[in-house]
Amino acid sequence: MIQVVCVKQVPDTETRVKVAADGRTLDPSGVTWVLNPYDEFAIEQALRVRDQQGGGEIVAISLGGAGVPTALRNVLALGADRAIHLRTDLPAPDPLAVARALAAEIRALSPDLVWFGRQAVDDDQAQVGPILAELLDLPCATFVAAFALENRKATVERDFEGGREVIELTLPAVIAADKGLNEPRYASLKGIMAAKKKTIEEKPAELGETNLEVLALELPPARAAGRIVGQGAAAVPELVRVLREEAKVV
Amino acid sequence: MSLLVFIEQRDGRVRSVSREALGEAARLAATLGGPVVGVCAAASDPGLAALGAAGADRVLLAVHPAFTLYDGAGYAKVVAAAAKVVQPQVVLFGASAMGRDLAPRVAGRLGLGLATDCTALAAEGGRLVATRPVYAGKAIQKVAFPGSPALASLRPKVFAPIARDGMSAAVEPLALDFDPAASRARVARVTAAGPGKVDVTEAEIVVSGGRGLKGPEHFHLIEELAEVLGASVGASRAVVDAGWRPHAEQVGQTGKTVSPKLYVAVGISGAIPHLAGMTSSRCIVAVNKDPEAPIFKVADYGIVGDLFEVVPALTDAVRKLHAHA
Repeated sequence: MIQVVCVKQVPDTETRVKVAADGRTLDPSGVTWVLNPYDEFAIEQALRVRDQQGGGEIVAISLGGAGVPTALRNVLALGADRAIHLRTDLPAPDPLAVARALAAEIRALSPDLVWFGRQAVDDDQAQVGPILAELLDLPCATFVAAFALENRKATVERDFEGGREVIELTLPAVIAADKGLNEPRYASLKGIMAAKKKTIEEKPAELGETNLEVLALELPPARAAGRIVGQGAAAVPELVRVLREEAKVV
Repeated sequence: MSLLVFIEQRDGRVRSVSREALGEAARLAATLGGPVVGVCAAASDPGLAALGAAGADRVLLAVHPAFTLYDGAGYAKVVAAAAKVVQPQVVLFGASAMGRDLAPRVAGRLGLGLATDCTALAAEGGRLVATRPVYAGKAIQKVAFPGSPALASLRPKVFAPIARDGMSAAVEPLALDFDPAASRARVARVTAAGPGKVDVTEAEIVVSGGRGLKGPEHFHLIEELAEVLGASVGASRAVVDAGWRPHAEQVGQTGKTVSPKLYVAVGISGAIPHLAGMTSSRCIVAVNKDPEAPIFKVADYGIVGDLFEVVPALTDAVRKLHAHA
């Protein structure tokens, strides 16, 4: 069984965002880059499927600039077999362009499962997985919080407002993993050593035309400073009064 | 010109995110030109004519028994077919669980740019400009669409629905050129959350608890306050990671972004990823024993004190307030 895991390198969630001089992109100075947190659940599930199947290949793919090999090396240390770096120096290509570049590469691999994190925590688009599924005409489930595989049928679960859907998919399929799917492992020392010998193949990303034009990146308006209405339970009557009379929310 | 709006139904009822999207479409139509056309996939008509009052001039309805439950691939084909018929300038979705799955599929099918989870739309010089939070709300991005139609999904609870009393939408059938029963991914069954449980993304009021509660056994304090306020329960990442609460309740950068009219943060210090997920709330209240906690920098009102005393007193006060109302 061939599995592809698509990952992205993103700023750490503790990052304080600064806008670059172009007024449209993130100022990368001082940013700590990490593997997108949701991608960890995707990688973990692919590793479990490989264990369950008693083998097969896991190929990690990431699209981006000079930092990408670091992210891919992490995925290799966790247990992926090899990696492909689709190289671009564009700071933030749009989701459709990324999906098209990935599709060209992934189609050639004929995978049984293609994994994504539910969204990247930088642009928060949550698009590339389901777009890729449409481009490759594969069944797809997003925001997946439970996964089971039997023969060539995957049964997954996905939360919606007011409940949970149980979805059955016939492989090959695209799955976008949500938090809660599993408990991701840490890389072992042995894994880190082994990763150094695995290959990361670099190719230019075929992004094509731009489908979403970023006009501006701005910081949100700062909230006006609030006030401490008091100390302890004695402050509760005043809090209730201001919520009712000033804020009019209770 | 025209605008197309995906109409989301579950259990034969149109969901509120679709009324919000229709309201925004009607506002845009005043600048871009109308009409506003809905498209719905369902097993039977969920009362679409009534959407005239919400801003729809007409609604295209694709009927199939398989559309009782959500079918991502099938619904995407329906919306793409409607776009071919209507030739809209803009296609809108609610950024609900369904819309967040569906809109990118439609973008992939049509080969067009999509902006997800938008918090504002504007017609500038005859083209659509979408405003959307990125980095979980730590920054705001403005995007334009080189292709047409422009595709956008709208964050729940941000856009106001409209009321055009007495108006009715014409409901027209939309023919299917595929068999939804042949789908390679299908919802086999649905398990409902607790009765009356409203997701934090759609709640008017959210009461969230954090590590200050000291253990899952104290979360009943949060639940009781939420109940008297008619609120949904949220949680910080720390308590979700500790297994005290389910991930569905997590507010913040690796959870959900919420914009309720009132957000009450109890025993939550306010780490950057949490603040990112809730600072767009209209009114924020914080209860924390540490006066230096970052949560007080974004809170409109704060009480410094022991939550084990403050929260029961607050629950009691709100209960009495409602009893007198």
